[in-house]
Amino acid sequence: MNNVAAVELVNVTKTFGSVVANRNVNMDVKKGEILAILGENGSGKTTLMNMLSGIYHPDEGQIFIDGKEAQISSPKDAFAYRIGMIHQHFKLVDIFTAAENIVLGIDDGKFDPKGISKKVEEISAKYGFEIDPSKKIYEMAVSEKQTVEIVKVLYRGADILILDEPTAVLTPQETQKLFAVLRQMRADGKAVIIITHKLHEVLSISDRVAILRKGEHIATVNTAETSETELTELMVGQKVALNIERDAPQGCLDRLTVSHVNCVSREGVKLLDDVSFTAKSGEILGIAGIAGSGQRELLEAIAGLQHLDGGEITYVNPKNGEIVNLRDKNPKQIKELGVRLSFVPEDRLGMGLVGNMDITDNMMLRSYRRGKSMFLDRKRPKNLAEEIIKSLQVVTPGAGTPVRRLSGGNVQKVLVGREIASAPSVLMVAYPVRGLDINSSYTIYNLLNTQKRNGVAVIFVGEDLDVLMELCDRIMVIGSGKITGIVDGRSCTKEEIGYLMTKTEKAEEGENA
Amino acid sequence: MKKEKKSVKTAENTLPSAVKKTERELPFYVVKRGDAEQTFGRAALIRASAIVIALLLCGIATIFVTGDNPISIYATMFKGAFGDAHNLWKTLQDLAILLCVSLAVTPAFKMRFWNTGAEGQVLISALATAMCMFYFGGAVPTPVLMLIMVAGSVLAGVIWAVIPAIFKAFWGTNETLFTLMMNYVAIQLVEVFLKVADKSGSNTVGPSLLKHGWFPELFGQKYLLNILIVAVLTVLVYIYLKYSKHGYEISVVGESENTARYIGVNVKKVIIRTMVVSGALCGVAGLLLVAGTSHSIDSNLVGGRGFTAIMVSWLAKFNPLMMVLTTLLLVFLNRGSAEVTTKFGLNTAYSEILTGVILFFIIGCEFFIQYKIVANRSHKLFKKKGGSENV
Repeated sequence: MNNVAAVELVNVTKTFGSVVANRNVNMDVKKGEILAILGENGSGKTTLMNMLSGIYHPDEGQIFIDGKEAQISSPKDAFAYRIGMIHQHFKLVDIFTAAENIVLGIDDGKFDPKGISKKVEEISAKYGFEIDPSKKIYEMAVSEKQTVEIVKVLYRGADILILDEPTAVLTPQETQKLFAVLRQMRADGKAVIIITHKLHEVLSISDRVAILRKGEHIATVNTAETSETELTELMVGQKVALNIERDAPQGCLDRLTVSHVNCVSREGVKLLDDVSFTAKSGEILGIAGIAGSGQRELLEAIAGLQHLDGGEITYVNPKNGEIVNLRDKNPKQIKELGVRLSFVPEDRLGMGLVGNMDITDNMMLRSYRRGKSMFLDRKRPKNLAEEIIKSLQVVTPGAGTPVRRLSGGNVQKVLVGREIASAPSVLMVAYPVRGLDINSSYTIYNLLNTQKRNGVAVIFVGEDLDVLMELCDRIMVIGSGKITGIVDGRSCTKEEIGYLMTKTEKAEEGENA
Repeated sequence: MKKEKKSVKTAENTLPSAVKKTERELPFYVVKRGDAEQTFGRAALIRASAIVIALLLCGIATIFVTGDNPISIYATMFKGAFGDAHNLWKTLQDLAILLCVSLAVTPAFKMRFWNTGAEGQVLISALATAMCMFYFGGAVPTPVLMLIMVAGSVLAGVIWAVIPAIFKAFWGTNETLFTLMMNYVAIQLVEVFLKVADKSGSNTVGPSLLKHGWFPELFGQKYLLNILIVAVLTVLVYIYLKYSKHGYEISVVGESENTARYIGVNVKKVIIRTMVVSGALCGVAGLLLVAGTSHSIDSNLVGGRGFTAIMVSWLAKFNPLMMVLTTLLLVFLNRGSAEVTTKFGLNTAYSEILTGVILFFIIGCEFFIQYKIVANRSHKLFKKKGGSENV
């Protein structure tokens, strides 16, 4: 490892109008080093990296590449400086093969498929990738697409790699593979920058960690000398208790039973495949799985928003033990049956709330039908709105503010607050902390725990396995619309869950072969 | 505060030879205004300055093109719209009809149902009114005739509006095209009636054939009843949209159909019900046009109000009370420019151009109410001078 900084940022500032995205950022990455950039949503991580990859240009400050000042005005300039960025959202042409995508945009006057394949294989062998250059993108799994993106950048000779949240779409096993590749690159003398907000990953992969908070560079620490607690403190700016309390579930009774539910999309794809499970009162049932494996459809099926092609969903009324069948009922009918079901959907402003309406009117979404009058009663919703603003500490100018003007965490507090206010006996939440800062996330976890203690059957769809394993009593794993296993939240391992997440995929590959 | 910078070298010296300098960023950004900046006062100021700039521009153009004094042109416009009692009543009457059609399209637009068929919905109601007057006039007592006319015109408007709504709700057809095409069907039906009712081959069926069922004059004012009816409707629609459960459902469906499904709103039902309301209001507009105003029918009776109404509704952001003002603006421009054309002996096109320019500025200034333009400090244009300026 030599000590020449591959990239050095000096006093970099970037503003968008009155919004300061980055202010006087100073940091550097050495060759043969993995630097993690850590920060909450909106802390300016991506803007900073976009300045390195030529998408933005800093207002003030300088960028030095290999010790020389650089003017990076376009992605092309960035390539010339051997900087390659792997974006969170892949930029690949679906109907092209891996090789075609890799050479796309390289203007060297000729297209030589054999030569490309050979070079791609060389790169793969060097860093331990598994890639089939002739495979089309649309046939690929997410992790393969990511591999193509990385090879694409290496093919162009990048020495400085920037990866924006690369593990968000990967299973634990795939993440380990990616990390092995990154370590190979480090050994090869490349400078790697990885943007993430998962602390344990930061600790396992990086050499140093740069922490951003509200656009400012707070500190750079050596990974070996730090801890999760210290990193969180630097990131948030105050002490945060990272422990989620988990009481033993009490008085568990079957509350919601899903049996042999099938669901087929319009295109004939099986979204849910013979799904059966039971949610019990007084416990949190976690649902883990790769994004898009049927989690949304499952919750929507229970909430009465998804047509079922088979199976039953039954609910046990806690008051009189009556059993109610929820199949083919819409949300209004479900409510009229006396089922106290609350649902915090993944798409907060597109489904759970109306962005252009104020908090009071959003409170009314669930209750506006109350009463025989043809006119609305805004008094009760207004009181509820003010109560929620107070009890959950929603930051807003008032109950009359449109919800879309609130920050992500406050939007979620409004939504969760409303859903909890109806005293549910089943509470379903989908990715409730996505995009939230750490403090808001813990507020939400605490709310879920309170509901559990009150005897609510909580169903929690999450993406962060560490959180699922800390919060949930049982974790159900879903893969390609099938339930691949239900494990105990206290005794399971991450590897076990990771294995279950990909179980069906592997089985299918076997069948095809 | 600022730390010392390293010496700034010029970009060209340090660039590797392979790098071609490309300027990607624009010298200006468009930035959305924050909440604090979107105050009522600032919005009013922007709107007022838009009108002033439009008037100045039109004035300068007028001096160069026609040589007329722009101030006297504007004065004539004003006189034409509000100058004397006759003009004032005519303006109020025009306002009432246009406002009535605008009220009709508003619930649908609030629901994001792009109804471009108000023209046809009003025309078919006018036809129904005229047919009632033609066939039942004299045969039944006037109060009964009035009732039949009201029922007929409202029913016709509802049928014309609800057909596209049903197709949209159940089969997802495109309502814009559907409602638009229904306009032509209505025009052709009017043509058929003209042939049948007036054997002379005239292209209108006039007051001489539609003698019965005219709206009575109130206090000697021909149009007062129309104006009162529309005033009441304006308040009713405002209350319906803002305070009723139906109005709330309309907003939710319009903002997000997924949210509507999530809370168990029957979206199909809301679409159809809202178009029934919309069609019924178009029915009233048709009734007012024939029985309350012209006592005649022809295929151009509605005269594009069905489309102008869309602009009125949008400009007022679907608020029926604000629509009184936006309607007034459009009617004023329309009546005023007609007066200018006759008084100054100008081509009709010229006054329409003036109207168009003024409208362009008024609609265009909405952009500056929501956004502002800010200099990009990293752009080379500002590098030498430094600092930023807000425009």
